[in-house]
Amino acid sequence: MHIHKFEKIWIGASLGLIAAFIGIVLFGFTVLEMKVPGLENEKTIDPTNLAATPFADPGIRKVGPNHYEVYMVARQFLFMPGTGIPLTLPADTRITFRVTSPDVLHGLEVVGTNLNATVIPGQITTFTTIFPEPKSYGLICHEYCGPAHHTMAGMINIVPKSEFDESTLVSP
Amino acid sequence: MTFVDRYPKSTRIIKAAFAVAFGALAIGGFFGLIQALHRTDVFRGFISSVQYYDVLTGHGVLLALVFTTFFILGLFQWGVSRSFDREPENMTFTWFWYGMTLVGTLMTTVAILGGLIPNSSISAAVLYTFYPPLQAHPLFYIGAALLVVGSWLAGADWFWSYRKWRAEHPEARIPLQAYMTIFTMLMWYICSLGVALEVVVLLIPWSMGWVTKIDPLLPRTLFWYFGHAVVYFWLLPAYFVWYTILPKLSGGRLFSDPLARIVFIFFLLLSTPIGYHHQYADPGISIGYKMWALIATLVILLPSLMTAFTVISSMEHGARQRGGSGYFAWMGALPWDRPAFAGCALAGIMFAAGGFSGMINASLNIDMLIHNTAWIPGHFHLTVGTASALTFMAITYWLLPQLTGRALKFKKLALAQPYLWFIGMTLMSNALHRQGLAGVPRRTAEPQYSGFSYDPPFGTMAEMDWQVAIGGTILFIALLAFLAVIGASWSKSETTEAAIDDTIPPPLSGPEHSPKILDNIGLWTAVAVVLVIIAYTVPLYEMVADGLFSPGAFPSPM
Ligand code: HEM
Ligand SMILES: [Cu+2]
Ligand SMILES: [Cu+2]
Repeated sequence: MHIHKFEKIWIGASLGLIAAFIGIVLFGFTVLEMKVPGLENEKTIDPTNLAATPFADPGIRKVGPNHYEVYMVARQFLFMPGTGIPLTLPADTRITFRVTSPDVLHGLEVVGTNLNATVIPGQITTFTTIFPEPKSYGLICHEYCGPAHHTMAGMINIVPKSEFDESTLVSP
Repeated sequence: MTFVDRYPKSTRIIKAAFAVAFGALAIGGFFGLIQALHRTDVFRGFISSVQYYDVLTGHGVLLALVFTTFFILGLFQWGVSRSFDREPENMTFTWFWYGMTLVGTLMTTVAILGGLIPNSSISAAVLYTFYPPLQAHPLFYIGAALLVVGSWLAGADWFWSYRKWRAEHPEARIPLQAYMTIFTMLMWYICSLGVALEVVVLLIPWSMGWVTKIDPLLPRTLFWYFGHAVVYFWLLPAYFVWYTILPKLSGGRLFSDPLARIVFIFFLLLSTPIGYHHQYADPGISIGYKMWALIATLVILLPSLMTAFTVISSMEHGARQRGGSGYFAWMGALPWDRPAFAGCALAGIMFAAGGFSGMINASLNIDMLIHNTAWIPGHFHLTVGTASALTFMAITYWLLPQLTGRALKFKKLALAQPYLWFIGMTLMSNALHRQGLAGVPRRTAEPQYSGFSYDPPFGTMAEMDWQVAIGGTILFIALLAFLAVIGASWSKSETTEAAIDDTIPPPLSGPEHSPKILDNIGLWTAVAVVLVIIAYTVPLYEMVADGLFSPGAFPSPM
């Protein structure tokens, strides 16, 4: 079968481009630690009975000297915590988010960052990040979740580590 | 002698399919205009923000599912009759599948439009992805199932033609258009099995109230198993046009028939096992499978890049036949003043841009920046909304005269139409992409929030909003132009003008230059099925292991 010379060059260049893309993503994944949510060790939870889970008390918990965990519930049509009173977190600290929903799918987007995830009833969305500097971020639900979907938003306030008020923590 | 004289029965079915396609395009396009204005807060008088989601469901379903499917049914019916030189084997069966798809479409449409009527008990604002536990009226799901099954039967009809033809031509190579139809339909069978299972086994019983709880992740995964491949179901018919008709419209011949076959084999093999790349941001699916989807997705760039080469070099060949010369100057020799050519070529150019934003979407962790933002509709209005939709509209300018036996009317308007679409889409799509980078979400009636604002990398929000609104308006005007041309050309009236030259010259390098294994339908189907099994067995097993409807969420009416 005959393949034109230019076409061979083109196919070679295309394969090179594809390899480069795969390389870049793997580099981000391993070296830059740009992770995405995945399957966690936890089994699924019963979305109709969050009271029996740690999500009964959403809020911030301290899990290490420089590491906090946020248990967050996304429900029609608010983030808890986040909507109403902003979620306040310390800068330059490891923050692990654990998010679930008791009703329908929701989205979780921290505006202007790559913190972006789907929240699915029965599953726990987990990701870890560090906010380097004090700043305020918008928090948006970007997965259609019902008639008032466009009202579902919140705020994250990142404050200097020294100003973070530990009395807001939820005791485990 | 044109198509209608040779295949009058086939012509009737094609026209009936196109009529539904263009009806859906008209309504869906109007909904698109409403969205472009409403989202940007330019004009919110048509609907309330709650109704926005009914409209958006209608837009997605009518355009991405109904318009595309019916147009493809017509186009493939044309290609099959033409390549095998046969009418459908049994017209009762042919009209049966047509009727089934139509009834399904009507049921689904009624369910969606019901949501716009105050106090109606029927509604379906679940968007075209219908993620449970948001629940639509059963009509919506049953209609969607009929639409899919109807399209399966259409495929069966074409396989029937193939069998008959094969019996008469045991040694011949499958004609290229029929080959493309067959491979596209095989891909469609394999992938739509996912959505059929989702709807029939999980969603219909649940929407009827026979089971009360539903696992939200399992149906979502089945949906995306189908949902990525469906984009190739929209795209491959455009490739069908670009490979087999566009070279002729440019004044030349297809470059290579064997490579076209290889490209279609690639799509059959790789389009279904990669659905997880729509679930990069999901919990409940292990990162290993996301990685596999990432790599397979990027590999599937190859057949698209090969298509770019073939299509452009075929056009170049055509341009040189028409007297073009130089490195780039040959482009000027192309028939830019013929609407069918101009539309397909502009669609191809826009597809290149859409391909680049698609590479970003595919790239696992970079995708997190734009996942579910306005970038996504920006991207797929270049792919399905232009590469497919504009190609379909443009090629209708060439097909319709073959179906009516009369020349096209309003030729100037027909010529303006693809250029208008191109301008409108350039404005709307570039602004949506940039809004997405700033974090503006998709599928949101009012993406303006109090308390915080977006920080676009360049430009201002107001300027982007205006581009979306103006671009959407120009698109809608282009759509009206298309409907006017088609409406006028369709209706009966005498013209003696010669209809159209519908011959297609043979490729420069024909199928005889390629190994026969390319035509081995059974072999390639088997490989495709094995790849799907490798990609999906373990994750689906993990989801089903704790029970089909567990962890269960209760339905949530909108
Ligand atoms: C008149 C031309 C069109 C206009 C003005 C238009 C406008 C829009 C806008 C503004 C959105 C975003 C809505 C949102 O996310 O809130 C959208 C979504 C969408 N459009 Fe279009 N569009 C047009 C044509 C098309 C065509 C031809 C297709 C496909 C063949 C298409 C398929 C879609 C799909 C699938 C969605 C996503 C629906 C969803 O997210 O559920 N559109 N359109
Ligand atoms: Cu939400
Ligand atoms: Cu939402």
